[in-house]
Amino acid sequence: MLTQLRPALVLFTILSVITGVIYPLAITGIAQVAFQGKANGSILADTAGKPIGSALVGQEFGTSDPAAAPALAKWFWGRPSATGPVPCTALNLDKATGSSGSNLGPTNPALLDNIKARLAALDAADASVGISRTSTAPGATGSAAARRATAVPIDLVTASASGLDPHISPAAAEYQVPRIAKARRMTEDAVRDLVRRHTHSRTLGVLGEPVVNVLTLNLALEQRAASESPR
Amino acid sequence: MNGVLQLVIYLAVLVALVKPLGWFMARVLEGKAGEAPLGLGRALGWLERGVYALCGVKTDADRRPVETGWKPYAAGILIFNAIGFLAVYALQRLQHTLPGNPAGLGAVEARSAFNTAVSFATNTNWQGYGGETTMSYLTQMLGLGVQNFLSAATGIAVLAALIRGLARRSSSTIGNCWADLTRVTLYILLPLSMLLALALVSQGVVQTFREPAKVALTVPLSYSEPVKNDAGDTLKNPDGSDQTRTVQVTEQTIALGPAASQIAIKQLGTNGGGFFNVNSAHPLENPTALSDFLQVLAILLIPAALCWTFGEMVRDRRQGWAVLAAMLAIFVPLLFATYALEAAGNPRIDAIVAHGDSASAPDAPAGNLEGKEARFGVAASARWAAATTAASNGSVNSMHDSYTPLGGLIPMWLMQLGEVVFGGVGSGLYGMLMFVIVAVFVAGLMVGRAPEYLGKKIEPFEMKMAAIAVLVPCALVLVGTAVAVAIPEGYTTSNPGPHGFSQILYAFSSAGNNNGSAFAGLTANTPFYNIALGLAMWFSRYWIIVPVLAVAGSLAAKRVTPTSSGTLPTHTPVFVVMLVAVVIIVGALTFVPALALGPVVEHLQLVGK
Repeated sequence: MLTQLRPALVLFTILSVITGVIYPLAITGIAQVAFQGKANGSILADTAGKPIGSALVGQEFGTSDPAAAPALAKWFWGRPSATGPVPCTALNLDKATGSSGSNLGPTNPALLDNIKARLAALDAADASVGISRTSTAPGATGSAAARRATAVPIDLVTASASGLDPHISPAAAEYQVPRIAKARRMTEDAVRDLVRRHTHSRTLGVLGEPVVNVLTLNLALEQRAASESPR
Repeated sequence: MNGVLQLVIYLAVLVALVKPLGWFMARVLEGKAGEAPLGLGRALGWLERGVYALCGVKTDADRRPVETGWKPYAAGILIFNAIGFLAVYALQRLQHTLPGNPAGLGAVEARSAFNTAVSFATNTNWQGYGGETTMSYLTQMLGLGVQNFLSAATGIAVLAALIRGLARRSSSTIGNCWADLTRVTLYILLPLSMLLALALVSQGVVQTFREPAKVALTVPLSYSEPVKNDAGDTLKNPDGSDQTRTVQVTEQTIALGPAASQIAIKQLGTNGGGFFNVNSAHPLENPTALSDFLQVLAILLIPAALCWTFGEMVRDRRQGWAVLAAMLAIFVPLLFATYALEAAGNPRIDAIVAHGDSASAPDAPAGNLEGKEARFGVAASARWAAATTAASNGSVNSMHDSYTPLGGLIPMWLMQLGEVVFGGVGSGLYGMLMFVIVAVFVAGLMVGRAPEYLGKKIEPFEMKMAAIAVLVPCALVLVGTAVAVAIPEGYTTSNPGPHGFSQILYAFSSAGNNNGSAFAGLTANTPFYNIALGLAMWFSRYWIIVPVLAVAGSLAAKRVTPTSSGTLPTHTPVFVVMLVAVVIIVGALTFVPALALGPVVEHLQLVGK
């Protein structure tokens, strides 16, 4: 047994240095030279150089509180986030929180309550700019869900895995286009044009899903508003 | 349709890589000191020889490391793993006094540190903690990152010893554990990790030592929290309600770190321990569809290719294909089933969003998206869930806890099969070879012949060892779950009803098979779970490794009996079916009752009115 101890200790030390020090340092060195922005978190900066987000990390623009919804009607809303203490918290050392999913099971009543609240908030935001999602067709009866004229894209009401999802589906963006257009006094086509510019199609046409980056899209909306506002 | 195509492409690329990588790994495991294919021997041979000189590994006249029998081999592996365990434990407990801690994190609590140290030494990478809030950069790199390499190398080394036992005749040795660990790390794991890490950084995975970045929020947020005094008691209003204050949040703190280098080996070595809390669902750990494809490919890459390595080393490639065929025969149907179940979605959610009858956009996403990322959708999430539990990887790109009941049953059952459908690097195949021994024994009983495999007679000693290796994980899962549901400490579940039971069953299935994934709503960072799951991981790893090496030593010493008309061929479709049947029957008989109490009941609740 003791004759095995020396080679074990020596080998462990050498391989620790190689795989735990040299390897990550070498990768860091190459990454910092070849992919500087990406290796450091894909941080976005405004014209003054102030960091205003990461292109890969979502920020919260929506709410699940109907009372707070009208004030947020002019933004595209991203995926609901289950992080604490506020949605889209990537790191909060005081509270020891970071990325997190809801981890609510499929039959958990809390899951359905969250979805209903989010739906009510979306409807409240729509109502604040005069959009109704309820069908006016004569045959439409029954529960509120049964009378909806437009189905809500499911990614708008379900929490993402990370709580930091930067994307929504193109359908989820399209669902919000009329609201954004009304709230910002833009034409729907102008909004759609911006959405298109922030849409990423499937990689190589097949991998993953087509998505819209909510943060960069909202920043572009703000930039457009700033450049058009009377000075 | 596109979803199915994504699964098919995945399988096609995986199978295409089996032969070249399998051939390469066979050359490494059979090579002389300082020699390796593809120019790696020239590049790193000096390092290998230097390691041997410092460790006192002797080489013979043919420049091959001097081999030992199975007992010194096993002792070496166990001592090496014990040192790894102690090092990770010490780093966690002392991280607040060490450099490489820009966020200023404190020491990890003792039982949590024990759990994590066992977890990473055993290639499980169960994580009771949140990475970004618990582990310093130094602990991640020098503790967890190193164990990602060394626990994977341990698995492949043990497998190499078993294969040599099968391939040799009348031999008293099965290899040199120091040489195997060194060569696997230097020539297989390190080069593949470097390639993958750089590919991941190019997609946006972070690799930096900067402290977390603070960025301004476009829309400031606020939350209210109770006001506490210095003693930690909540202050009360005159009317008896809690005093609250509103906290403004105007900044988002982006957690960073040397993630890419660790994620590469976490995937390749079937470790699965995430740099961030949500693992590969985190957009800085897995930012794009391409990074996702590369990572999920890396999960099964080495376990699948080792089947070819096995065939190559026993000089009968058909044997390798037969084992790979058995793994694929179980994996492929379960892969597509997971996708179909998640794509079908949660009927209760669909009823709320009126997702069927009212007009929905033609390109709207469908299926169960709770706990899934938009960029991956249902197909890439289900693909990952199946791959990570078939292999004992345990990383996730979606939250399994929020899967539909049957969609979550499949990953759980893939672990309960004993992590032999691909399984961990090395450990999956040596586990499967234990099932092969059981299968030839059962087949021998059926046809009335003495069982043999690759010309080696399977005798009571091998059967006893194989039975231990097959049954230990089953016992750990069921006994662990039973204890947890019998005592109040076990009820840290976040979901009511049968799903709560599923969370506990999943945790022990994961730890008892060295997988590491979780139904993450279970609060597992408690004294009970840290100790119970730590013990499950420890037994599951080493109570299999030692019997496997004993079988290796016993088989190596045997003569080869010439094939006769009575020999059961083990490369035919009939034998593949036999092997699949043994794996499934053991897995089904053992776990159907437990699964019926959890996911099956929940499914009936979901579809029933």
